[in-house]
Formats: sequence, C-alpha cells, structure tokens
Amino acid sequence: MTGFDLRRSLRWGSIAGAVMVFTCAVGLFEAFEDRLLVYPFLSLGHVLLLWFLPLAGYQATNEPVLEGMEAPSKGLHNVVAGLVAGLAGGIVMGVFTVVVDALDVRDVFVRLSVRLVDLLTHGWGVPGGLVLIVAVPALLGMAGGMLHLVSASARRRLILALEWALVVALLEQVFSQVLRQIRLGAVGDIIFTRRALEWWAALAVAALVALLSERARGGVGRIRGYLFAADAARRTRNSIWSALAVLAFLIVLPQLLGSLLSELLANVGLFLLMGLGLNIVVGLAGMLDLGYVAFFAVGAYTVGVLTSPISPRFDLEWSWWAALPVAILMSVVAGVLVGTPVIRMRGDYLAIVTLGFGEIVRILFLSDWLAPTFGGAQGVRNVPGIPVGVAEIRGSQPVGVLYFAFGLVLVAAWVSWALQESRLGRAWTAIREDETVAAAMGINVVRAKLNAFIVGAILAGLGGALFAAKVGSIFPSSFELLVSIIVLVVVIVGGMGNIPGVAVGAVLLIGVLGGPTQPGLLAEFAEFKLLIYGALLVFMMLRKPEGLLPSVRRSRELRGEELSQDAWLDRPSGDVEVDARLAGG
Amino acid sequence: MASSRPVLEFRNVHTHYGPVHILKDVSLSIYEGQIVCLLGGNASGKTTTLKTVLGMVVPTAGEVLIEGEVVNGWRTAQIVARGVSMVPENRRLFKRMTVRENLEIGAYLRKDDTSADYERILDMFPRLKERLGQRAGTLSGGEQQMVAVGRALMARPRVLLMDEPSMGLAPVLVAQNFDIIRQINEAGTTVFVVEQNANMALSIADYGYVLQTGKIVLADTAPNLLANPEMRQAYLGEVG
Repeated sequence: MTGFDLRRSLRWGSIAGAVMVFTCAVGLFEAFEDRLLVYPFLSLGHVLLLWFLPLAGYQATNEPVLEGMEAPSKGLHNVVAGLVAGLAGGIVMGVFTVVVDALDVRDVFVRLSVRLVDLLTHGWGVPGGLVLIVAVPALLGMAGGMLHLVSASARRRLILALEWALVVALLEQVFSQVLRQIRLGAVGDIIFTRRALEWWAALAVAALVALLSERARGGVGRIRGYLFAADAARRTRNSIWSALAVLAFLIVLPQLLGSLLSELLANVGLFLLMGLGLNIVVGLAGMLDLGYVAFFAVGAYTVGVLTSPISPRFDLEWSWWAALPVAILMSVVAGVLVGTPVIRMRGDYLAIVTLGFGEIVRILFLSDWLAPTFGGAQGVRNVPGIPVGVAEIRGSQPVGVLYFAFGLVLVAAWVSWALQESRLGRAWTAIREDETVAAAMGINVVRAKLNAFIVGAILAGLGGALFAAKVGSIFPSSFELLVSIIVLVVVIVGGMGNIPGVAVGAVLLIGVLGGPTQPGLLAEFAEFKLLIYGALLVFMMLRKPEGLLPSVRRSRELRGEELSQDAWLDRPSGDVEVDARLAGG
Repeated sequence: MASSRPVLEFRNVHTHYGPVHILKDVSLSIYEGQIVCLLGGNASGKTTTLKTVLGMVVPTAGEVLIEGEVVNGWRTAQIVARGVSMVPENRRLFKRMTVRENLEIGAYLRKDDTSADYERILDMFPRLKERLGQRAGTLSGGEQQMVAVGRALMARPRVLLMDEPSMGLAPVLVAQNFDIIRQINEAGTTVFVVEQNANMALSIADYGYVLQTGKIVLADTAPNLLANPEMRQAYLGEVG
C-alpha cells in the first residue's frame, strides 16, 4: 500500500496535463493572463492554468486512513510521486506547446495562437521556454506531494490560507467597496494595486487566516451545534434567533454594499424567488420541469402590458400593485394549461414536454400573431417601477429593488416552508418517492402534482413581475431556455428540496458567477460562465448529488450510523450479531 | 365465521389491459374477520385483482362491491377512504422519507386522531421505535416489511390487502410475517392475501381461491384446499 506507485503518479500527472491543455484551448489562460491577482507576479490566468498540479501531486500518494489498518507511512516517496506527477503534467504541456508552435491549428482551435505560445514560454521561444513549461509544473507537483509531510492540521491551515488570499484578491471589487462604505477606503487603496492584492498584503491575509483558522473551526462547530441542537424545542428557538440574525444582516447589508453590489444581490433575489418555486416542482414533487421560464415570462409580460404607458394594445397604465394579482392569476392559468396535459407523464417525458412548452411560450411572445399585444421582437418598454409610498422602486436604484426582492423572497420562503411541512407537502414527497404507492395511500396524485405546478408558476410569475419593474423593458430574448436551465442548476447545486440550499445556490451561482444575462461578482468570467456552470453541474452530480447544503435531516442521517446499516443483510435477531460481524471484518 | 354480507366481493369481474383479457369472470367473497388468500403462479392475474379492488384497474364487466356497495369506477382515494389499504409487493416504502413519515402518509386520508393507531403499531413492532427518524430505505428487509404493514394499518382499514408478503424475505422472516398477519386479523381486520407461497398462506387462511391465467379454478376452505390432491400436486410441490 505504501511506496511509490509510478502508474498512479503518471495517471494524476496526465490528468493535470489535460486540465492545463484544456485551460489553454478554451482560452481561459490567455483571457486572464494579464488579470493580476497578487501584485506583481501572480495572475488569474496562471492560477487557472496551474491550480490542479499541487492537487495532482498530493493525490498521487493520498491514501485514506482506514480504521484498524496501519496508517500509511510518510516520506520521500510522497515527494517523488508528486514530482513525477508534476513532471508528467509538464511534459504533456511541453508536447502541447511544441505542437501548437509547429502546426497552425488556428482554423479549428481559435485560441491556440502564436500569442499563447509566447505567453506560455514567457517569451523565451520554443526550445528555451520548454524548460519553464516542464519545470514549473514539476515543482508544483512536488509541492503538492510535500503536503503529505506536514501534519493534517498544518496542511489544512496552509490550504485555507492560500484559498483566502486568492479569494480576497479575486473579490477585490467587493472588499474595496465595503471598505469605502465603512469609510476605510484608504486601507483599500493601500492593499490593492491595479485591482490586485499587494504581495505583502496577500501574505498578511494568509498569515491571519492561518492563525485564526483553528478558532474559526471551533466557531463553525459551535454554530452547527447551536442550529442543529438535538432537543427539538431548543432547535426551534435557536433557529428563530438565527433567522432574526440573518434578517438583521440582510437589512444592514445593502447599506454596506454600493449600488453595483446591490444590483448583483437583487438579481440573486430574483433567481432565488424562481429557485424556490422550481424547488417545489422539482425538489419536492419530483417533476423535472425544463420549461419553467414560461411562467416567468407570463408574469413579466402581464405586468409590462398592463403598466407600460406605451403598451402595444392596452392603454391602462395600472400601478404595479394593481397588475400583480393579474400577473399571478395569469401564471396560475399558464400553470394549469401547461400542467394539465403533462401531469400524467413521468420522468424524461415530462422534462421533454415541458421543455417544448417553455420554448412555445417564448416563441408566442415573439410571434407576429401576438405582436399587437406583446410587441413581438420589440417587446414592451417603459415599464414603470413599483410605487411604494412616495418613492418608486426601479432598476436605477438597486438598493430599493434589493430590499423589495428580499421582502418577496422572505414571503416565498415562508410559503415554501409552510407548504413543505403541510399535508400537501408530504403528499408531494410521497409522489416523488413512488407515485403508484402514493396513489394507493389515497393521495390524489394528479391534483397534488397540478398544485405543485401552480405554486411553482405563481412564484415564477412573481419573479417575472419583479423583473419587469426592475429592468423596465421586456423582450422575448430575456426568456430563453437558458433561464430555465440556470434556475434548475441553482436548485441542484444548492440542494434539492431544501430552502437554505436554494439560497446558497442562488448566491453562489447568480451572485458570484452571474445569471444568464446578469453579470456576477466575477464579471470577467462572463464569457466562460456557461462552461463553469456545466463543469459545476457535472461535478455536483458525480460528487455531491445531494447539493452543497443538504437538508439538516439528510446530513444527520448520512453520518456513520447509517453507513453501517446501509444495504446490509437482513438481520433476523437484533443488532448484536451485526456488530460482531462488523468488528470481525 | 362468515357473516351475512361480504366486506369485499367480486361478481363476475372481467378486466382488460388494452385488448388483452386478464381477469376472466372472477367471483370472490371475503367476509368480515376472515383471512382469505388468492393463490396463483406468475401472470395469473393476482396483482391485477388487487389493482381492481383499489380502482387502479376498472373492470370491463362485472361488479366490485365493498360492503354491498358497487365501487366500479371509483377513484382510488375514495376506495381507500372506504377502508381498504394495501401492503404492496416488495414493500415499496418511500425510501428517502423517515419511518415516521412513512407511517404518517399511511393515514393520509384520515381526519381523526391517529395517535392511538401510531402507538398500537409501535407496540406491535417495537423495533421501529428506535428507527423512527431513520430513512426507510436504510432499514433491513424485515424492518421494511414492518413499516409497510404499519403504513397500511395507519389507515385503520377494514380490509387489508397484502401483495405477496413473502416475496424477497428470508424464510424466518416469512414465517414471522405470516404470524403478524394472523395477529392483525385477530385484532379484527379482514385480510386478503395474494401469494405464490401456497403452503404458508393456507396455513393461516380461512378460505382460499386459486387463480390460473385469470380464472378461478379452485375455491374452498383452507383445510380442504390443503387436503385437495389436485392442489397438492399443482401448488404444494408434491410429486405424484
């Protein structure tokens, strides 16, 4: 088990090489080569190119510590394996560079340019620069291997410190903005130079994180203990307190963030609203609805047509509040219209048919036939904001939109939670688990599924109504299939069937990466957003299908107790025997 | 044991899947307090019979009666509300729901207080007490069977339908299972068991029907069926 395993090192090395080649080929390296993270030497492009190497070097000899077995010994072999893995990756990269330099493949792979070779070889040209291309990965691989030699806690601190330094550098915009808002803008000016973190500041951040990490771990443990207290009454009380704390945080937050960041968070709120709705349809009732955007479009168009002074057909100029009930009603109608024919289908068929319906709705809004009402490709413009007292909430004042979106999200979250805990919620979960048996229990499957569809449609319609007032003009192109898919990814990444999970998914994907047309914190990744979405989705499906934040119950169940019972043989006479069997191996 | 009117009755029932004739002129009567078993091999129409009781398959001819009332064309929920509940083949629990939630779903249609039944079921299966918060899919086969039976009993049925309770269980558990069926029956619930394991089923049943390619070929009291030479040869694995 211990010792140096050449094949394994080579395998990890070649994976690292493939990652590097891929990064170059899709243009990630070239695009971010000049975006400095740590001034003056580390660019985002280099991080993206090389991040996998230490990991590969580490994985080349990473053995799990097995209960009852001797712990694998640490030593030179770890370093050698890391070095070999890095070297292998470097050689893959070297061959790649030579090929790109020798052959002109730009017709097919547009990103594999002369400039790329220049950047990779640091301007040293092909024979000379190859030393660099092989040596740097080898050293990084070795560094990864060396991680085995330090203690587990030191390793954890080191990795955490590096991660945080990178996160601070990457989110320079947020940090300097928040510093400005709390009148510490001068600090921001000192630690950030040309959008990058000064090297000494990066070291300081890393050192700080390393120092504080153990304490923070204890804190996280305490918070978890606090939230998931075993005693049900205390758990309820504690979660009320933490909900209040989150609420207070949400009220203060927009004051700390400038309008730009508030805009981002308002988008998060919008997608969270839709995510909560889709969560009911997909997460609770288990119906894979790929045409969810249809209801979003119906809500937005209804509000647009009823409130806009230049609405193509109507001349109503209603206030947003008057249009809202109509928008919700229309969403319900749309939910029933789409739901009724598809409700008897299951699984893949339902997904395909809803996908079709989603596109049909968009094409209808785009069509000449409905253009007299909905404006066709011209859309509906001059949609007014939401009047609240004397003020008006509209897209040009993102802080107001943010507060309003938060309000709607809170209502939606409360509704989802109440439904989830209700008799209907239990019927949905039962249907998701086994439709036939659910019917045999006396659940009216068709009606319950239709209800899920309608609740989902209402929340999406609400999102659409908010969207219309926020952006002020509505075009069919805002309602592409991509919106449905991204809302679905938000739900999946966060954790299906779980409200805080959807919130985490929305913040992470919409806030950080950005929505289908909305920019996120990492606006520079806009071009690669879908690539990252896809990669994330694949990763989640393979590694964490239960989502980033599985529900409390689920995470409690997944602890050891369950593992030892999972799929065991039938146990006719109690647990003693099983314990003996487990201990005996 | 037989009272005047059957709790559940089939009168000359025919069913079709598309054009295919499944049940052919099936008549049976299940009286209050009995255990009645329906025996038959694969594809003899056993499961279709249960689905017909529950209204999931609608008879193309004939009548299904519950306590003397014709229920042809009723929705499943209505029939369940009338006091029929089922333990499906292979248990089919809601695997990602907890044991408690599985039991609660069983009482989905009930509006009255279910806590007494809940306690009764936990007394019947004390093993489940420590498993209440656990996902049903992680239980052992025997425990899953307990949950499946408990789930059906939560509806406080007048007639309990059991689809192949012995399937996929170790012999010890099968015996235990039939013991449970007898207990449930002694507590006053009428039981209709559909089984391939004829020996086991007849050992606890009052009356038995034998179904062959959709037709009832034998119908008699359990002791008579056990003694019937034809039966012994065809279903009880006796040679010559």
